[in-house]
Amino acid sequence: MFYRETGQFKTSYTADEAIFPIAQDRWFIFGVIAIAVFVVPFLIDDYGANAVLLPFLAYALAAIGLNILTGYCGQVSLGTGGFMAVGAYSTYKLVTAYPDLNLIVIVILSGLITAAVGVLFGLPSLRIKGFYLAVATLAAQFFLVWMFNKFDWFCNNCATGQITMPTVDMFGLQITGPGADPATRYLFCLGIVAVFALLAKNIVRGRIGREWMAIRDMDIAAEIIGIRPLQAKLSAFAVSSFYVGMAGSLYFGVWLSSAEPGEAFDINQSFLVLFMVIIGGLGSIMGSFLGAAFIVLMPLVLKNFMVDGLNIAVVTAKHVEITLMGVLIIFFLIVEPHGLARLWQIAKEKLRLWPFPH
Amino acid sequence: MDWLFFTEIVISGLMAGVMYSLVALGFVLIFKASGIFNFAQGVLALFAALALYDFLAPEGWFNQLFGFTLPVPLAILATAGVMVIVAWLIERLVLRHLVNQEGIILFMATIGLAYVLEGVGDILFGSDVKPLDIGIPQGAHDYLLDTYGLYIEKLEIFAAATAAVMVAVLAVFFQYTRIGRALRAVADDHQAALSVGISLRTIWVIVWAVAGFVALVAGIMWGSKSGVQFSLSLIALKALPVLILGGFTSVPGAIIGGLIIGVGEKLAEIYIGPFVGGAIENWFAYMLALAFLLFRPQGLFGEKIIERV
Amino acid sequence: MESAAEMSHGKKIGDIVLAVDNISLSFGGVRALSDISFQVREHQVLSIIGPNGAGKSSMLNVINGFYHPQEGLITYRGVTRKQMKPHEAARQGIARTFQNIALFKGMSTLDNIMTGRNTIMKSGLLWQALRIGPALNEELAHRERVEQIIDFLEIEHIRKTPVGKLPYGLQKRVELGRALAAEPSMLLLDEPMAGMNIEEKQDMSRFILDVNNEFGTTIVLIEHDMGVVMDISDHVVVLDYGKKIGDGLPDEVRNNQDVIDAYLGVSHD
Repeated sequence: MFYRETGQFKTSYTADEAIFPIAQDRWFIFGVIAIAVFVVPFLIDDYGANAVLLPFLAYALAAIGLNILTGYCGQVSLGTGGFMAVGAYSTYKLVTAYPDLNLIVIVILSGLITAAVGVLFGLPSLRIKGFYLAVATLAAQFFLVWMFNKFDWFCNNCATGQITMPTVDMFGLQITGPGADPATRYLFCLGIVAVFALLAKNIVRGRIGREWMAIRDMDIAAEIIGIRPLQAKLSAFAVSSFYVGMAGSLYFGVWLSSAEPGEAFDINQSFLVLFMVIIGGLGSIMGSFLGAAFIVLMPLVLKNFMVDGLNIAVVTAKHVEITLMGVLIIFFLIVEPHGLARLWQIAKEKLRLWPFPH
Repeated sequence: MDWLFFTEIVISGLMAGVMYSLVALGFVLIFKASGIFNFAQGVLALFAALALYDFLAPEGWFNQLFGFTLPVPLAILATAGVMVIVAWLIERLVLRHLVNQEGIILFMATIGLAYVLEGVGDILFGSDVKPLDIGIPQGAHDYLLDTYGLYIEKLEIFAAATAAVMVAVLAVFFQYTRIGRALRAVADDHQAALSVGISLRTIWVIVWAVAGFVALVAGIMWGSKSGVQFSLSLIALKALPVLILGGFTSVPGAIIGGLIIGVGEKLAEIYIGPFVGGAIENWFAYMLALAFLLFRPQGLFGEKIIERV
Repeated sequence: MESAAEMSHGKKIGDIVLAVDNISLSFGGVRALSDISFQVREHQVLSIIGPNGAGKSSMLNVINGFYHPQEGLITYRGVTRKQMKPHEAARQGIARTFQNIALFKGMSTLDNIMTGRNTIMKSGLLWQALRIGPALNEELAHRERVEQIIDFLEIEHIRKTPVGKLPYGLQKRVELGRALAAEPSMLLLDEPMAGMNIEEKQDMSRFILDVNNEFGTTIVLIEHDMGVVMDISDHVVVLDYGKKIGDGLPDEVRNNQDVIDAYLGVSHD
């Protein structure tokens, strides 16, 4: 009843190619953005920022990055954790070396450095496909974590390998470091994530995005119609690593403020982001957000339910969480391999018919 | 150059390699027969070892339910039975619903499976380290130590012998039996196999049960060596480079790949390690596999994929 | 010989644009092609026919560089090579369709055909991300061109449908659209009418002839339906067991005893 397209005719290709062609969708998104920008900063507290919103934003960016590589271009990567580490350590070195540099510039530079590393590790992908590529990315994952642990230069000659983000101000507001206001930290991340999500959406619906999807769907045919696999795959690695690097920068710099390579960037992180992409929906920017939200919220919901509600031991709750994660992955793969994004679309389809059943 | 030391390293590496091969064998079986890369193989080994421990230990569920623990041979049999049930459940709840999906979907399903098995294992059996002693001889081999000065663990020799026997049995099974042929058909094309009347479900249960048994053997060996603990499941990650070298579909490849990785790792750690600060065992195997892939994307023994349009 | 063809279809046939000489191709022990030579002339519709397994698809694959022959030479537009590379062939104006449809199943009809324009689209990553100025204009200009192709092939109603969901006949049409989007000078069609009923075949034949007439595209076609072959071809090459057993005008080939023995001896629809 409310969600109908009648009367909405597109009279130009520009209108037809809009990200949200249906007016109701546009209103909904504007509403969400309005709440996110104008309402949340007044309600947010330290817990909300540290437990929910900041990890959500950082992981959403990482999920977009991985989705570009795996969901759009079909190249499986299990090295996301390692690349987030590259972004984090780049941020650390840049901030300690050039403390007056604008934080936004630092985040972008971290992304670019990670992109370069990503291209390097992506070179083998030209000859290697499928599972073999997944294993190659595991090589990157283990190597990078080892490297950051081993060489003191990365953490400015610390004893433990742990890095801590110094206080950084921007326009007079403190964004990182102890004591920073949760609203400022949140808005900073929100701004970066929103802008770069839009850029990502533009890329994937343009020529380069189509090239990636062609490679994913049938790379032989793609080559035969003139797409150069070398360029397409490397560009996917580059853009993906750029996003993952920026995610690592926000993850360490704004959210955690201190990190150890063995824990914060290990293979479990890689799996976590992969799960976000699968559950959220492969090949969907919106899905990256949905998946990140799901994975960030689920442990909290479970913990509140099991530990506080049913008085189960924390350790057991953790085991249940692991089991449930696995069950959900399998469930989604069986029922809806295209994830929450597809379920969202189906819900909208049903909404168009509402209140009629069919 | 201390040749004695070198030989010890090489043999130690070979032994470690055999242990890797045992895990890799399970992967190859499942991949060969169902086209699935089973990321949960390592966790299966852990789960099998946990179940075995439970049958043997006074504080296990079995003793609490029935009042006695099993002698070693019966316990192993019982665990094999448990693995068959697990295989049946996996087929029923997971595989059946994913027929003819792409490889990547199946792979990710096995990652989910690994998490499930790990979580359930932890809930049922607890996550503390458990010693596993089923009577495999421990300690150094006396004859070799006294005569040649070589320190080689008896356990590792036992593992090598077991692996050799298993490989021989599996090779015969695949090549010469009707079921083996059906397994290979299923690996090629699920739907085609269905259309010639091969019962996909039965085949899958059989394969996963056999893989479960292989996992059990691997779990016994590793568990006896370093206790049954969570890190056992991480062995699966080590098996991946083995498979890359040996090819995903080759049983001899899994063995040889394992040996190469085992020796390579040890040698690298001893001779290259000191120059870069040590602990390169973490990633050396992967780098070796990666280097290999660049020259031979299908591994040493894997089948060359010819793309048809 | 040529003047008879010019007369019968009323169009001008040009010079030799593609020549294959002594092409031999083997896979391991299997010999797919033995010493094949023929020429294709500009604006011509040339059909390759022969029983199953004769090597027809392999021949097309050699022409656009997917298979590399062990012996022989390919001369395209005056340049002689021992083998082509697929994306080079594409960028030189050769487009093709496939026997078992090679569409990008995850994308819509519109996106699939837009992908065909890739060799012509130029804008860089940064402009694409911002989607303003040159990138946006380029995208819209190509969208317009693609819409013209969609009109031509009468597939407007399925432009946003993921191609994986389309019936076989429509998928074949979309694939033709994708090949046309590259504005090729030579079109290789591998059994474009396989599995179609009479109406669909008529439609497809019409499309192919329209492309040939309006844009002057050279067409090399593999087809089993003899009625279609005889109707629309200017020239026919016959393969059997990897060897060439016929090469000439449709009527000549129809009356060639070797060809009849190998292929046309059975009754057909």
